[in-house]
Amino acid sequence: MTEATRFDVLIVGAGPAGLAAASAAAASGASVGIVDENGIPGGQIHRASGGKANPEVRVQLLELGKKGVKIVCGTTVIDAPSAGVIVGLGQLGVTRFEYQKLILAVGARELFLPFPGWTLPNVMGVGGLQALVKAGLDVRGKKIVVAGSGPLLIAVGAYLKQHGATVMAIAEQASMSRLAKFTLTLAKYPSKLKQGATLMCGIGRLIQHEAWVEHADGIDKLESVKLNKLPGRIQCDYLACAFGFVPNLELPSLLECQISNGLVKVDEWQTTSLEGVFCAGEPTGIGGIELSAVEGKIAGFAATGQIDRARALFGERQRWRVFAQELDKAFSHRKELKSLASPETVVCRCEDVKACDLSKWESARAAKLHTRCGMGPCQGRICGPATRFLYGWEHGAVRPPLVPTSLSGLESDDPTSCNQIN
Amino acid sequence: MGAGNCDYDAIVVGGGIVGCACAYYLSHSFKRVLVVEPGPVGGGSTAAGMGHIVVMDDSPAQFALTHMSQQLWSGLFPQMSPGCEVRPTGTVWVASDAEEFSHVEDKQRFYAEHGVEAEVLDAKSLHQAEPNLHASMVGGLRVPGDSVIYPMTAAGWLLDEAKKNGAELRQGKCVARLDGRSVELGDGTVLEADFVVNAAGGHAPELTPGLPIEPRKGHLVITDRYPGFVHHQLIELGYLKSAHEMSHESVAFNAQPRATGQVLLGSSRQFVGWDSKIDRRLVSKMIDRAALYIPAIRDLHCIRIWIGFRATTPDSLPLIGAMPEDPTLLIAAGHEGLGISTSLATGRLIADIATGAQSSIDPTPYAPVRKAHG
Amino acid sequence: MANPITIRIDGKAMLVNAGTSAAAAILNSGVSGVRRSVSGEPRGPVCGMGVCYECRATIDGVLHQRSCMVTCTDGMEISTDD
Repeated sequence: MTEATRFDVLIVGAGPAGLAAASAAAASGASVGIVDENGIPGGQIHRASGGKANPEVRVQLLELGKKGVKIVCGTTVIDAPSAGVIVGLGQLGVTRFEYQKLILAVGARELFLPFPGWTLPNVMGVGGLQALVKAGLDVRGKKIVVAGSGPLLIAVGAYLKQHGATVMAIAEQASMSRLAKFTLTLAKYPSKLKQGATLMCGIGRLIQHEAWVEHADGIDKLESVKLNKLPGRIQCDYLACAFGFVPNLELPSLLECQISNGLVKVDEWQTTSLEGVFCAGEPTGIGGIELSAVEGKIAGFAATGQIDRARALFGERQRWRVFAQELDKAFSHRKELKSLASPETVVCRCEDVKACDLSKWESARAAKLHTRCGMGPCQGRICGPATRFLYGWEHGAVRPPLVPTSLSGLESDDPTSCNQIN
Repeated sequence: MGAGNCDYDAIVVGGGIVGCACAYYLSHSFKRVLVVEPGPVGGGSTAAGMGHIVVMDDSPAQFALTHMSQQLWSGLFPQMSPGCEVRPTGTVWVASDAEEFSHVEDKQRFYAEHGVEAEVLDAKSLHQAEPNLHASMVGGLRVPGDSVIYPMTAAGWLLDEAKKNGAELRQGKCVARLDGRSVELGDGTVLEADFVVNAAGGHAPELTPGLPIEPRKGHLVITDRYPGFVHHQLIELGYLKSAHEMSHESVAFNAQPRATGQVLLGSSRQFVGWDSKIDRRLVSKMIDRAALYIPAIRDLHCIRIWIGFRATTPDSLPLIGAMPEDPTLLIAAGHEGLGISTSLATGRLIADIATGAQSSIDPTPYAPVRKAHG
Repeated sequence: MANPITIRIDGKAMLVNAGTSAAAAILNSGVSGVRRSVSGEPRGPVCGMGVCYECRATIDGVLHQRSCMVTCTDGMEISTDD
């Protein structure tokens, strides 16, 4: 293990919340560091494309560089062994970070709900397929069905079309009436309205409401998709399907931050239940870029004693919180989604555990111990939210390592450890 | 057998593998057997166990119990469900120097004299058997009759078999109090039986005060799938020392190939009460030790780390038998790191007491109230 | 191709743009099933962000690498399960 890297303020995550927090914190003159698991900063929504940072992110990075903020990329946090210490795993091994204040800007991941055929190759997430295209996947001439729920469906539909794909259909589970109401509230958020209108051009007609995938079919890979709303199968090369987002709660849980209703509880200063530990962005409530950015700024200011600057942003935060609540209402999950999976549908992908093997257990723990559901390398990140949705299971305490880590990464360089056989 | 006006012939408190084994054997002779378990069946120490069925030679009493149990397991293996993942991997005890190797030869003699197949491996054959072992390993002892099972499913299977004979399970029920004739549940229900078996593992002393059982924390690490990385359950000879010395903490190398191809790595021992937090320092020590035996283990990915508590007695032998002052109160607890292995022999011995049958091994060494040694 | 580098997928050489992830390169080569599940089903990348572990491949001899989190380098050797 290398020497400890010390910061006054350590930020985990270089997405919108993390970068905003860094900028705000650095204004105080404090030493600020960001650790992020991707090779290039930006998080998910501002993911790098073709090996280059998103243009908005590039601007932010220049500014942060001038302020002396250090960004450690390609490093995943695997443990928080004691107060003031975070352990990260990178290409070259394990790094120990020491901090006075910690800001968790760890974002969210997509919610996957099982349905027959969802495990076929070429069935991906919505953000998932976009991320792969940004990383070089060529979709020119490919037929793609986009399905699930949330504004991301339209954003990614438009993106795929821009990149030469033929989008066959966009299946949104929310109802037209709910979305119409939501569009009305967008009037209060002109930037979002404009964004939405631009995206809708050219693909608005492809959207089906109260629509979902009944089954995806193919031998060895995806060949076609059957939607509830349309007769017959749609031949396609890719299915991008996901139902919104779930916060990444693993690090906050490991730290034992209070979590209620599946969100990290924070006060008006974005402080968690742990003193000196802040949380900003999606883990406090899924709300998109603007909310993440303003929460990040508040956390960055609050962590460095810039109280007035933090308070000045409360109004803006509230505005975006209202937006987030409207978003949540508009795209809430309909009950039909609980019955998409058939008994034979795999729910835990890592261990190939089917729905019929799971429904009989009374708790996540019982299911885990009997079927290995949740015991695979994804550590329950995919099946956990799905089983919470399907069976109401709550999941237990989180233990290190937060991601699969080579055993050498778990060794310490403690000279008193027994390094000889006696 | 059994008075007609009791609710049950026998109530087994604790649905871990020991309790399930007791229920299994009791159900062969008694129609009305009840198992009471607050959590998932096999969800306590059983779930944290490695599932190694091993014959131990560290004392005549330990040998008798593990040997009897192994033979009982072998008899059941053909019937057990696929989920029990029965695998005849065998054990290889690894000697790291000449002194340890001399113990290997003693071990082989003991096993041979007692009818247990065991083969001394020199350095060459050891490395042929386990190519990933460090080149400096001097030799080992291969015991082909040892096996590996998946403890939770095995416990469930035993209970399901007992249910076929009429046994019942009350799950999600805590027990507030028990004696040799009755069990009081947390909700106030009192159930009466001819025999009560305290198979509550590390929690046994809460129900029968004075039992000399302490929780002894152990860590386990499981890796991603690397089929063929190790073939046998591998144990360093120092393992027995770690298990017996009731020191505050110790680690000993112990690695197992699971049916999935994952490598299960242990072992650590600590007396820290019921503190369930992962002790990173001790895990690191455990891995450091393993790397001395298998350097390449450092490159394997760890998916999970968890802990379990071994119910431990001062002399490392379990408590199996009747309480002197309450002869229908039977204790079946305190199996340290051999609970999975010796569960069947325990169940058999308990059933023998309940039926008045002669046991095939001398049960005195396991008496819950030990006679003072001279 | 702006900045081509050479990699090999299951022994076959191919040119990819520098900055392409190993997962994208595998998919572009026509291989959809990057790995086999524990019961032998073909599986490919899903989340694109390193959380699902379905895109694992052996990269430069190291097993169980999340190919969506690895950027191709010149001379990289990628092996899928098939």
